[in-house]
Amino acid sequence: MSSTTATHAPPQAGVNYLNARRGLLSWVFTLDHKRIGIMYLVGVMGAFLLGGVFALKLRTELLTVGKTIMDPDTYNQAFTLHGAVMVFLFIIPGIPAALGNFCLPLMLGAKDVAFPRLNLMSFHLWMWGAIFFVIVLLTGGLDTGWTFYTPYSTTTNTSVIWAVMGAFILGFSSIFTGLNFIVTIHKMRPPGMTFFKMPLFLWGLYATALIQILATPVLGITLLLLAIERAFKLGIFDATLGGDPVLFQHFFWFYSHPAVYIMILPAFAVVSELIAVHSRKEIFGYKFIGLSSVAIAIIGFVVWGHHMFVSGQSTMAATVFSFLTFFVAIPSAIKVFNWLATLYKGSIRINTPMLYALGFIWLFTIGGVTGLFLSTMSTDVHLHDTYFVVAHFHYVMVAGTLWGFLGGLHHWWPKITGKMYHDGVGMFASITAFVGFNLTFFPQFIMGTRGMPRRYYDYLEEFQFLHVLSTVGAYVLAVGLFTVLFLLIHSLMKGKKAPHNPWGAASLEWQTATPPITENFHETPKAGNPYAVYDFEYDAATGDYKRVAFSDSTH
Amino acid sequence: MLNSLLALAQQPRIAPTEGDFWFPPQASSFAGKLDADYYFIYWVSAFFVLVIAGVLVLFTLKYHSKKNPKAERTSTHNTPLELAWSILPGIVLLYMFVLGFEGYTDLRTSPSNAVNVDVTAQKWAWTFTYPNGVVHDELHVEKDQPVQLTLSSVDVIHSFWVAAFRTKMDAVPGRYTKLWFTPTMTGEFWAQCTEYCGTNHSMMRAKVVVHEPGGLAKWLAVEGDPHGGGRTAAQAGEKIYRIQGCAACHTLDGSKLTGPSFKGLFERQEQMADGSTITADENYIRESILNPQAKIVSGYGPPSAMPTFQGRVKDKDIDALIAFLRTVK
Repeated sequence: MSSTTATHAPPQAGVNYLNARRGLLSWVFTLDHKRIGIMYLVGVMGAFLLGGVFALKLRTELLTVGKTIMDPDTYNQAFTLHGAVMVFLFIIPGIPAALGNFCLPLMLGAKDVAFPRLNLMSFHLWMWGAIFFVIVLLTGGLDTGWTFYTPYSTTTNTSVIWAVMGAFILGFSSIFTGLNFIVTIHKMRPPGMTFFKMPLFLWGLYATALIQILATPVLGITLLLLAIERAFKLGIFDATLGGDPVLFQHFFWFYSHPAVYIMILPAFAVVSELIAVHSRKEIFGYKFIGLSSVAIAIIGFVVWGHHMFVSGQSTMAATVFSFLTFFVAIPSAIKVFNWLATLYKGSIRINTPMLYALGFIWLFTIGGVTGLFLSTMSTDVHLHDTYFVVAHFHYVMVAGTLWGFLGGLHHWWPKITGKMYHDGVGMFASITAFVGFNLTFFPQFIMGTRGMPRRYYDYLEEFQFLHVLSTVGAYVLAVGLFTVLFLLIHSLMKGKKAPHNPWGAASLEWQTATPPITENFHETPKAGNPYAVYDFEYDAATGDYKRVAFSDSTH
Repeated sequence: MLNSLLALAQQPRIAPTEGDFWFPPQASSFAGKLDADYYFIYWVSAFFVLVIAGVLVLFTLKYHSKKNPKAERTSTHNTPLELAWSILPGIVLLYMFVLGFEGYTDLRTSPSNAVNVDVTAQKWAWTFTYPNGVVHDELHVEKDQPVQLTLSSVDVIHSFWVAAFRTKMDAVPGRYTKLWFTPTMTGEFWAQCTEYCGTNHSMMRAKVVVHEPGGLAKWLAVEGDPHGGGRTAAQAGEKIYRIQGCAACHTLDGSKLTGPSFKGLFERQEQMADGSTITADENYIRESILNPQAKIVSGYGPPSAMPTFQGRVKDKDIDALIAFLRTVK
């Protein structure tokens, strides 16, 4: 049956999407989803570096009580820009726009996304959004917190308008990507690939895209109103002008809570791929995993009020939001149990991508269960706006997205670049980052419960020891992440040539050349079961996996 | 700037006297139930985390590719199992919701015998107005006497949290919010601001003192009236300077915070933001308290970050503040 799938050997040996065309303009105006994905990859990693520098500055300031290296206003700017850069420029576009762009058409056996020009535009908009944030840095900074709560944001004298317009533009970038992915998945699946035969990464991207196109416009409108309020004193949110500051919170969280799932669903989806491929097992509970992503996307729209249990919102509203919030826990737990069941009796390969996937399960489980303390109304009243919340959302958003992103990056790196990396160093970096992350954020749960509010420049002496632990953890995390950077740069320069299918995966992106040709496939490949990893056997002669069977069975 | 921050950092710190690894002392009637709810979720979570981590490590070791070079093709789905691990945790979650609902309705339903204290939040100070009209920067209450706080804010959103009492509520401009508690332990605690509000957000704390029953009236009589207790006008002014939160922005040692320092201010020539020069005399000080936007010192606006104190201070208080400023040389 292997003759029906795409051939491994391209006719023009050595020509691929990376070297088919040369020059800066061949990148800036490319319509190739793979090149756009790479530009996003470089962009989001640059943003992550910037956000990370702010994080290290914050943790250094918090090393001691009182002033350590900066004054309160600088600190307030640093935590605002850390949050805004990380959320809008890294976490939200991270997996979908960088890895998703590269993988989605390949996984569908398609030549490109449905609207390549729109795809390029969404990257260009991302660049403009990033430029707006650079302007913010140069014109007085931003000290509102990434949440832009009114009336603080309408009265502070920092660069709020530049920042909200930057986020507004980034919103369009996100909407365009979502739109493109939804249409591509609906219209461009290859023969034989029904919705329930798609790789789970596509289910994750699909659910994410639903949120991107339905929730992001609300953020756009909210930010526009905020800018108008600031510029023309309209009186929508500002109580002194007759507005209602709590209205802003409703608008803001109506987007920003679903946005949390924009951040985590793609990471779930990456982990589903990694666990199956690297344990050499067909994924367990495919339909439950795929549908749980959609369930999370839908439930995610009706829980925003759980950010507002102490805002003055009515008890009735709080009760409804708390009740609905608990429903998110169920599909999340389903995924974790299914991943464990997938590992059962597998042949588990411990390598860099798999370590990120296994690390993700631990970190996300901690992040998930600590969410229970915050969805329970009484305990949330105590914990709201404390370090407990800071620790919780870093475990979910950062550990979740970052571990998914890095796991996916190491998994698809050979396909993207055509180069292998040093697996031992990769595992060292992953473990270092894991230890550093837990050391940074676990003490913050204790601090929060004991009485440490968030966004605090100064703190009571009793928290000193835990803050020192947290800061040391942040440095360890930074060492791990810089090791990743050096590992990948080293791989680009000196890495061994990657085989076509180094992990023995069955999904279509591995069934073409490495790196892929510009057109992805010479002929539309026939789609089988994307998790039939048993159809592939390692061939020591070529160092590659080769197909020995073709399984089409449904799950 | 550094000196005044260090001075702020060196304020007396209230060390927790009790409490366990996770919590500060239980100083209100909510604390017992809330902590019990917390520990219920905690042990359920610990159970799931340990089971998940245990299975993860066990499988990884047992089915490592070196030990188990070929994966076994086990079944790829099992609907009863999937439903079981969806529904059974769901029941525990429902119980958590009910616990939280009970606790929350309790937190939001104040008893009819609660004593009301009005709380005004401003950048970066809390002001408490007692039923007899006494205004102060510390919250004094009595053990076992329910207290209701009516919160409002004159500028941005703040949030009032006493960790030892396990309760919190936002102070929102343009509306009133309420919070109540019954202290169950005498002693001193911190109320902290938990909604980010700008430069000195982390310094925005107020001392909460829980007296023995009967102790509050005595305190109100002695400390409550800045003009009483045989104080001179300047001494009363200094107390008002602290009580009304002036100290959050105006230092006495010449260092600059959000507002100009009061050191040597009285009758000095000041350059205004509009270029004019005025003398900081009695009339200027009075106007600046009642209408801070009228004349703004160069480098501090416009707009000035200061809220108006119209209606919040009496003429007698302004007289005392002026008397105090005369002494700050």
